[in-house]
This record gives sequence, C-alpha cells and structure tokens, in this order.
Amino acid sequence: MADNDFEPKLVGFLCRWCTYQGADLAGTSRIQYPPNLVPIRVMCSGRVDPVFVLNAFSRGADGVVIFGCHPGDCHYQEGNYKAVRRYNLLVKLIEQLGIEKERLRLEWVSAAEGARYAKVVKEITEEIKQLGPLNWGRTEEN
Amino acid sequence: MAKPKVAFYWCASCGGCEEAVIDLAEDILKVVEAVDIVFWPVALDFKRKDVEAMEDGSIAVSFINGAVRTSEQQEMVELLRRKSGLVVAFGSCSHLGGIPGLANFWDRNAIVNRAYLTTPSTDNPDKVIPQVSYETEVGELTLPEIYDTVNSLDQVIDVDYYLPGCAPPPDLIMNAVTAILEGKLPPKGSVLSPNKSLCDTCKRNETKPEKLLIKEIKRPYEILIDPEKCFLEQGLLCMGPATRGGCGERCIEGNMPCRGCFGPTDQVKDMGAKFLSAFASMLDTNDEEEIKRIVDTIVDPAGTFYRFSLPSSILKRRNMKGI
Repeated sequence: MADNDFEPKLVGFLCRWCTYQGADLAGTSRIQYPPNLVPIRVMCSGRVDPVFVLNAFSRGADGVVIFGCHPGDCHYQEGNYKAVRRYNLLVKLIEQLGIEKERLRLEWVSAAEGARYAKVVKEITEEIKQLGPLNWGRTEEN
Repeated sequence: MAKPKVAFYWCASCGGCEEAVIDLAEDILKVVEAVDIVFWPVALDFKRKDVEAMEDGSIAVSFINGAVRTSEQQEMVELLRRKSGLVVAFGSCSHLGGIPGLANFWDRNAIVNRAYLTTPSTDNPDKVIPQVSYETEVGELTLPEIYDTVNSLDQVIDVDYYLPGCAPPPDLIMNAVTAILEGKLPPKGSVLSPNKSLCDTCKRNETKPEKLLIKEIKRPYEILIDPEKCFLEQGLLCMGPATRGGCGERCIEGNMPCRGCFGPTDQVKDMGAKFLSAFASMLDTNDEEEIKRIVDTIVDPAGTFYRFSLPSSILKRRNMKGI
C-alpha cells in the first residue's frame, strides 16, 4: 500500500483561539513541517459539524484533523468537550462506512505550542502516507 | 375534457407504498373519478409496451415508489420520465433510498454470496448464483442486472416532487393529488410536507426538560417506555430532532421513538451527520473514557442514523476497499 510518491491531502479544522495561533507561531518561528494539511479556521472545535468532515472525505481528503484547545481551556467553556463527544461517535460511524479510524484525528494544540503543531502535522502526514490514499468516489460503481 | 393520466410504479420497495394508496379509503373514489390510471402493475393489467406506445409527456403524473438498484428499474423509470409531465418520488425509498438503501453497506458480490451461499439455511450444493444471461435448449434467458449501489430516484432521473414517509400518510397523498389536479403546486423539487422538524409538533415537547442530558443509551426492549416523556430524555434514540415533521406522529402515538423515515428538512443534506451532531452534544459527561463507554453502547450508529437515507447521504455507501 505504501507508495513513496503518494502525498496525502489532509484537511485541518483549527480553532481560532488556540491552534490557529499555534500554527501561526510555527510559521513565524520558521519551523519546518510538511505542507500536506490545508488549515481551515473555525471559531471553535465545537463548531466543526460532522458534515464538514464527511464532505472533506467525499471530496478527496485522505485524512481530517480537528484541532481544539486543551480540555478546560475552551474560550466558550465547553465547545471542545462537545467536539470530543462528536468525534468519538463520528469515528465509529466512518469505520462502519469503510474509512479507517486513523484518518480522523482530534488533537489539542494551544496558541503557545507552535512546535507541537508542527510535530502533530508531521506525524499525521507520515501515518496517512503509510495508510495510502482513500480515493473516495473513485471506488464507487454504478 | 379528457381526464389527466396517472401512472404508479414500484422499484426496490416492499409494497407498503401501494397499500398507502389503498389507505386513502373512500377518497380513492374521488381520485379515480378525477383521473385516468394508465399504468399500475400491482393492480391493473397494463404492460410496459402499453407505456412505450404512449406519446412522450402524455402522462400527467407518475408516482414512483422504491429505490433504484437494478437495470430493469432504471429502464422503467427512464421510460416513465420520458412519458410523464411530472414525476413524484413516492415514499422514503424513492425519496432517500430507504430501507433497501442499507444494502449500500455491502456490494453485489457480498450480498449474492451471503444470500445464495453462506446463510445457515442455504441448500445450494451446485453453488448456483443468479446470472444476467443463461443459455438453455429453448434459447437465452435473461435477468436484470443488480447494481453494487442502491440509488434514490433523483440520482437516476429528474424528480419534480417528493412525498416522504414509510409509507406516506393518506392526508399528504390527498393534499398532493389535490394540488396537482388544481395546479397549485409549490416550486419544483419541494418535499410535499411541512419544513419543520418532528420535535416542533411532538406532544412530548411539553414535558421535555430545557436541557437534554443523556447518561445511558437504552434500546426500546430494555425499558418500560413512559408514554408522556421525551424519548431522548429516557435515553432512547429518537430521530425527531433531525427528521421532517408532517407524518402525523404515528410512531410517537404508538409509544415508539422516531426512526427518521421522513428524511431531513430542506436545510439539511445529510441527516445522519446532523443527528449525530445534535445527539452527541446531549451526552452528559466531559470525561473521555466515559464518553467512549456511552458511545460503545450505540450498537449500530451508521445503520441507525442513516436508516432511511444512506444512498442520499454525503458518503452514499460503504467503501468496499480492503473488505
């Protein structure tokens, strides 16, 4: 499965209060990390509708990452806890539809953790590279 | 003046939608008086060639129930589309894919193997499985092809209106027929039922607490269901929040939670994901282990949340790669 030329397409939903700034910090600190993840800024990880995730998969994403504030740090008190509840149920649902659970991740990255953001993106890119392309839509017949 | 011509057809369905027409009771006499039924395989002896002989567009309206999963069904709905002014997708299967749409968790091979070879009750020593064509002494015999993927009607042909429900209730059918006869139709593509969620009209709404908090998921056989209380409050999976209303709450009146046969409201494309979103936020814990434990008690989330709508959902079917 592992194809050396395969560059996974990843979609990241980044909470604007923590991870989006963490990603900014990774940039201004000149930390090198793979360019595979397309960051999408959202108001809160709790704003990430499962529909966003399914749309990303159906339109060609090989992996999706939801980034939020560490537990207890949510700008809206408990948006990230809602994200955890949805994430766990959504993982179960996509597995039933034949999408490996490794393709959907939930990660906590604060505004101060630029290095951690770069590390997480690197790890996930590697992992999805090993897993291979999802090719949603191309496996569909009739 | 000639009466408008009407056709009924069935695809992958159970026959319940045909029953729903009969459930119009005395009202069916009004319908028969006002229209000329030119094709209805379950009740009248017209053949495909009779439809083929009709002029294009000469049928005023075709009511088509059932999902589309064979080559024959596809040919028939394409034929009826050509011959009809209006096409109404009648019932959940035709509207969303319905119960037959759950076959999208597998593909043709998996289904045929299971049904013809591996079920415990199968007695098939020669391992005969259906073929689309077979040579015999009297010539070639053919069968329609079964597709890997079950489709809702609008994934195969252009659909003008949708009558939701498993099966659609008589009052909605009568409203639709009257609207067509009087030419008072809403914009093309409308679902002919109110665009509000079931919870909006549910009587149990009155006793619902301000915030629904769920600690345990229950299945209907596990508890004595309180006939007054909100099902979700009792820990039962009720699709009401994500389901279109207008059904007359037959299940709720029968003390059973909503299963979602009316599909989503106009604003929602993927009802399973929307229900998941609403339902998960009701879980009454912030502890990850506890969340996992509760989620694990939901035996079949995809099959439950997409019970009637898998083919019309965003992902449409299971990815069979590596299975």
